[in-house]
Amino acid sequence: MRNAIARKTTLAFTAAALAIGGLSTAAFAQRDPAYAAARAAGQVGEKMDGYLGVVGAANPSLQRLVTDINIKRRAVYADRAQATNSTIEEYAFTAGCQAIAKTVPGEKYQAPDGAWKTRTSAPPDRDPRCP
Amino acid sequence: MTSSGKWAVGALGPLALAGCINVNAPTEPIVIELNINIRQEVIYRLAEDAGNTIEDNADIF
Repeated sequence: MRNAIARKTTLAFTAAALAIGGLSTAAFAQRDPAYAAARAAGQVGEKMDGYLGVVGAANPSLQRLVTDINIKRRAVYADRAQATNSTIEEYAFTAGCQAIAKTVPGEKYQAPDGAWKTRTSAPPDRDPRCP
Repeated sequence: MTSSGKWAVGALGPLALAGCINVNAPTEPIVIELNINIRQEVIYRLAEDAGNTIEDNADIF
C-alpha cells in the first residue's frame, strides 16, 4: 500500500518535471545548431531591416536556413505589428535595432551604409534612429 | 582716445564686409534620404515590445 502510494507520487513528480521541462524548452527554445554555427562563423548576419542575411558566398543549405528563419521572423513581426498598431516594416526595423545590439563579438551585422561589419566589444554601428 | 576709436572703426570695416553670407548653388543634385518613412518616435514606442519578442523567440533570433 505504502509502496503503491510512493510509486504514484514518484510518477506524479516525474510527470510534473516532464511538463515543466517541456514548457521551459518551449519558452526558451534555443537556436538550431546549424544556425548557431553559421552565426558564430560569420556566414550569416543581422540586417538593419530585422531579417537575417547571408554574408559572403551563399550555398543552398545556408540560403535555406536563412529563408526559413526569415519566414518565421516575418510571421512573428506581423503578429506583433498588429498587436502594437504598427506596420510590419516598422516593427521589423525596430527588432533589427535590438537584434544588432544583441550580437556578440565575432558575429556579423549590417552597418547603416549597408556593409557587413564584425561585432567587436565596442557598441555596434547602428542606424541613428535606433534607441 | 579719439585716435584709438578711429582705429577701431577702421578695423571693423573689413570685418563687416566679411560678415556677408554667400550662398552658392550646389552643382550636384540634392539627394534626399528616402528611408525616413520609419520615424524615430515609432521605433522608440516599439523598442520594448521588440526586445521582449526577441527574447521570447530566441530560436529564430
